[in-house]
Amino acid sequence: MKDFVLIFRLNNPDFKPSPEQMQERMNWLAGIAAQNKLADKGNTLSVGNAKTVKGSDLVTDGPYTEIKEFVSGYIIVKTETIDEAVEFAKSNPIFKIGGSIEVREVLVHRP
Amino acid sequence: MQKETASSTELLPHLFRLEYTKMTAVLCRHFGLKHIEAAEDIVSETFLKASEVWSINGAPENPTAWLYTVAKNKTKDYLKHLAVFETRVKDAIQTDELQAQHDFEFNHQTISDSQLAMIFAVCNPANSTEAQICLALQILCGFSVAEIADAFLTKTETIKKRLFRARVNLRNDDFQIGQLQEQAIQSRLYTVLSTLYLLFNEGYSSRSNNHLIRKDLCSEAIRLTLMLTENPLTNSTHANALLALMCFQSSRFEARANQEGEVILFEEQDKTLWNQELIDKGNYYLINACSGNQISKYHLEAGIAYWHTTPASEHQWKHILQLYNQLILIEYSPITALNRTFAFAKVYGYEQGIAEAEKLNLTQLNHYHCLLGYLYAGTNAAKAIEHYRQAINLTKSPSEKKTLTKQMERLTFSAKQVK
Repeated sequence: MKDFVLIFRLNNPDFKPSPEQMQERMNWLAGIAAQNKLADKGNTLSVGNAKTVKGSDLVTDGPYTEIKEFVSGYIIVKTETIDEAVEFAKSNPIFKIGGSIEVREVLVHRP
Repeated sequence: MQKETASSTELLPHLFRLEYTKMTAVLCRHFGLKHIEAAEDIVSETFLKASEVWSINGAPENPTAWLYTVAKNKTKDYLKHLAVFETRVKDAIQTDELQAQHDFEFNHQTISDSQLAMIFAVCNPANSTEAQICLALQILCGFSVAEIADAFLTKTETIKKRLFRARVNLRNDDFQIGQLQEQAIQSRLYTVLSTLYLLFNEGYSSRSNNHLIRKDLCSEAIRLTLMLTENPLTNSTHANALLALMCFQSSRFEARANQEGEVILFEEQDKTLWNQELIDKGNYYLINACSGNQISKYHLEAGIAYWHTTPASEHQWKHILQLYNQLILIEYSPITALNRTFAFAKVYGYEQGIAEAEKLNLTQLNHYHCLLGYLYAGTNAAKAIEHYRQAINLTKSPSEKKTLTKQMERLTFSAKQVK
């Protein structure tokens, strides 16, 4: 089993999910956990309380001033292959609201 | 007179279950856990004496007080012998045994403090959880080795060995049973709660067919958890949530099996057999549990049990599914996964439920096939029958085999009718 991080991106910073949408997302997440393939339920990243630091003298508000999509959160799944992780990603309701998911293997560096 | 002897023969076993553990706990607090065997010997001798004296003279007016007085005198004798020993080999005796010289009382406060201290001593992380449960049953609940073996469907020899090793660990542990230290309580409360949770589950979904033992296991677990909620040091929201869960589950105890011991599915249970008093208690402790902002698996499970005991409402299964979704994120277990899928099917329909269930791929579990059998029953009798057949092959419980065979026969019959 390998760990894959699923990174969620959204393009609408003002998006507020409805209770039904939240329930749908929760069903998706719990569905992965029910298969015992959730390594870390991850976190949601704040949109309002955000800064981008580009150097000691360059700090801008928000993550989205210069990019169209910003990271809204992540989770980590454990699957045999990246394709299996991609299958999980495909069934996420984020696409209904114009978001996207990046799937990346977590590389473990052994000392 | 006849009547009195009859009642005194029933009285002693009843008192034994009730008082043995209390007396042992008080004495252990007095002596320290190193002398747990001495404490148990004194209490056992007390009951032996009671059975001898009461069979001749009849039971005394206040049997409990009689037992406590005799135990106290026996302890004094024991300490006297110890003192003689002590003067002879002074250096060999540790100071903690000198503390035992202080007098002690069997009063309500001492008993409850001692029992509480004993719960924390028994729930020793040095022991495996299985060993902890065995110890809890023996030391806290007064179960005999044979009864424990029956509850676990294990040989008495296995239980004996397990208890022996666990007791060695208990004696070697430096846990002070004398007084409850806040820090020790906080660090062990988690273990204590999970032991009591397992103790309850052992009774609630026990493999043993002995109805009385199963019921006793549940009520003992409730008694001990109740004790935690009654002491300010241990009265946490988690403990209240666990107690609420136990009350809700126990409320359906009488409705869950028929006279042959066959399990009755939730939907087919006779609701008039549900215990309303326990449901009310469950509600009370669930409200207490929600006074903080922490949420544990006990909160979620109690919430699920709450929705099961309330009259069916439109959004009931939606709430239950949400709670299961949270529960599976806290802790994975195959049973939680299956129960969650059942709730999912109730909300989104059996067809979607089947798709969700088949992803779990728990083909080695009888419950997995039971669930799929149930979900397929209305639309695909052949598949349902096949899953029930696999469930029957995988279960060891004769009563479950019987229940499943009935379901299968019903499906086979209706399939033939259609043709």
